Amino acid sequence: MQKTILSGNEAFARAAYEAGVTVASAYPGTPSTEILENITQYERIDASWAPNEKVALEVGIGASIGGARTIVTMKHVGVNVAADPLFTFSYTGVRGGMVLVVADDPEMHSSQDEQDSRHYARFAKVPMFEPSDSQEALDFTRLAFEVSEQFDAPIMVRSTTRISHSKSIVELGEPLMELPETGLVRDPSKFVMLPGNARIRHPLVEKRLVDMAEWACSQGFNRVEAGNGKIGIITSGVAYQYTREVFPEADILKLGLVFPLPKQMIRDFAERFETIYVIEELDPFIEEQVKAMGINVIGKEKVPICGELTPGRLRQAFDIDPPSLPPIKEELPPRPPNMCPGCPHRGVFHALNRLKAYVTGDIGCYTLGFMPPLSAMDTCICMGASIGNATGLSKVLNEEDRKKVVAVIGDSTFLHTGLNGLMDMVYNKSTATVLILDNSTTGMTGRQDNPATGYTLDGEFANQVDLEALCRALGVKHVETVDPAQMDNTRKVIKEAMERPEVSVVITRRPCVLIKHENVVEDLPPLYVKSDKCVACKACLTIGCPAIEWETGKDGSKGNCKVDRLLCNGCQVCMQLCKFDAFGVCDD
Amino acid sequence: MTDNKVTNILMAGVGGQGTLLASEILSEVLMQAGFDVKKAEVHGMAQRGGSVVSHVRFGKKVYSSIIPEGEVDVLFGFELLETYRYLPLVKGSGAVVVNNLKIAPPSVALGKREYPVDVAAKLKELVANVHVVDGLQLAEQAGNSRTVNTVLLGALSNTLEPTHEQWIDAIKSLVPERFLDVNLKAFELGRQIR
Repeated sequence: MQKTILSGNEAFARAAYEAGVTVASAYPGTPSTEILENITQYERIDASWAPNEKVALEVGIGASIGGARTIVTMKHVGVNVAADPLFTFSYTGVRGGMVLVVADDPEMHSSQDEQDSRHYARFAKVPMFEPSDSQEALDFTRLAFEVSEQFDAPIMVRSTTRISHSKSIVELGEPLMELPETGLVRDPSKFVMLPGNARIRHPLVEKRLVDMAEWACSQGFNRVEAGNGKIGIITSGVAYQYTREVFPEADILKLGLVFPLPKQMIRDFAERFETIYVIEELDPFIEEQVKAMGINVIGKEKVPICGELTPGRLRQAFDIDPPSLPPIKEELPPRPPNMCPGCPHRGVFHALNRLKAYVTGDIGCYTLGFMPPLSAMDTCICMGASIGNATGLSKVLNEEDRKKVVAVIGDSTFLHTGLNGLMDMVYNKSTATVLILDNSTTGMTGRQDNPATGYTLDGEFANQVDLEALCRALGVKHVETVDPAQMDNTRKVIKEAMERPEVSVVITRRPCVLIKHENVVEDLPPLYVKSDKCVACKACLTIGCPAIEWETGKDGSKGNCKVDRLLCNGCQVCMQLCKFDAFGVCDD
Repeated sequence: MTDNKVTNILMAGVGGQGTLLASEILSEVLMQAGFDVKKAEVHGMAQRGGSVVSHVRFGKKVYSSIIPEGEVDVLFGFELLETYRYLPLVKGSGAVVVNNLKIAPPSVALGKREYPVDVAAKLKELVANVHVVDGLQLAEQAGNSRTVNTVLLGALSNTLEPTHEQWIDAIKSLVPERFLDVNLKAFELGRQIR
């Protein structure tokens, strides 16, 4: 069969295709986003972006009840949103096989926490596979659909950033050609989770886990790799790779199914060694269960609980030839991510900074408004939190401070879980200003469409949510829309909203400069600085645009700002800050 | 186990410089040459001008996709500061191939910090084998300033096992048709650097 090099996310998508999946749903979230984007290449799969993870899972559940094999994907924090249907779906079980791929982000490369999704598997009593490379991402996920139907359970597959975004060589399988039959089957005792029915289902769930724990002892995805017989290590997922790197001679029990654990297999393995280590990333999930079996293992006493593992960190933890790295003697300037040149959010945060707003922030590119020199964000908790946070603050502040509170949320995040917050703010008579930063895309995860963009995942035209009408329907009387590239007006409208003792929504509408659809983004000529007019006041530097650089003067001269014309997007926000007419538009 | 020699290439640059495409081509060519290959990188922040690194490892059998700290054989840098930042991860006997380009990070652009001086010289102090490449000049010579990544791949290609033909095949399979000619030209210009 054909060999190719795939990322974990590409392999998850391929697995769905090979397993005969016909419905896929997700909300984008790093590091899971590319799974659904890759699924779009398989025509027989109906793949769509849901407005949030709860809806995505509910769509998946519906398709499973209709008989289809279904995949739902999300990042770790997305499972918090989807937890409600997940727990009950565990009780009902499936009709068509259903797999939920969840991608954790140890080290928080692009996340607000590093929660360990394996706890959800145990909490919701849902079996969970954990692949350690792209081949296993394909094999385990494909197998998970069969297991789902065999044990009548949704199956979780846990990825991490290093699985999703690492590439390795994969041997592809033959896709299933005969797809499961779909249609209506009434089975209320299974799918209507009223107390009377649920009480009957719960013991089945418990039995399922006992059966699986026994079954998993004889399956190839849990395996022992023989070493020199001196130490035994239990590990899974990407931690297995680091373990092989650092302990090439060890005997390893590699778990492919991390919940439920193959207890007898673990006992048999443990019996052979005096010292047994559990090496796992993040929480002591396997360790605590193995200890509860009465087996003495060493885990988090040595292996770090915070951050991702690396071969070097593992070596350090075990004092095995830890790398001694020569330090660089000088302190290097950091290079954090930044809003792009021409980003429509830049003008908004400049205004908020100048208005000394107390900004309850949210999750998206605009969270970068926290970075200096814009420095205009005071809280960021989770998707949709900005509006509820503003409501809570306004309940406890005096009149003067209350005016300063501004919730800032993107279009996609607003539709994800911000709506309910706004509904509450109006219903419960709070007063705060809400800014909906409508850049016509889900930016941070790589520009995915959402119900407000007018396009589907496939790039087809779709209904476009009317955000103004939606806010009015929720009862907001003051809804205004501005172009954030017009700095004076944007600031004026936000200021008026902050002064108003009522809920005000300001929609700042300008498309992300990176949007893929045609004719959405204007192609504007870049700017340049007239060095004779630049007085070195540095006002234009206060927007933190990557295209503007300060050039220190040579031999005592004043120095001046300059524009990198390859980076400049021509948005002219900097130009509006210059009182000396020092910016010109390139006309070539 | 000891005969399983794994070679480690760490690519460092700034988001938007095309490091991801370069690492794709590199992984593809190594697979075609018969090696086990793994590659690790972090997406999400790449388009936003942040620091970007890509780990590429190849050999008979590769386990970790991340290069063990201190075991980088070749540091392949697209920008001077970012190359310097990751220098401590390089083996004493390792090599550096670096693009002679400075991109100011935000604190430098704002005039609050200084860009480190004489980075190329500092690299040479710490690692014996350093090749400084004028990527932009060669890319412009090839006909497109955005082909710096392919010029650099050309320069790197001399130090690795795959044949010239395998490199060309990998580029053809991953570069969009309309940019292919200019990229092939850029690769050849880079490869001529010795």
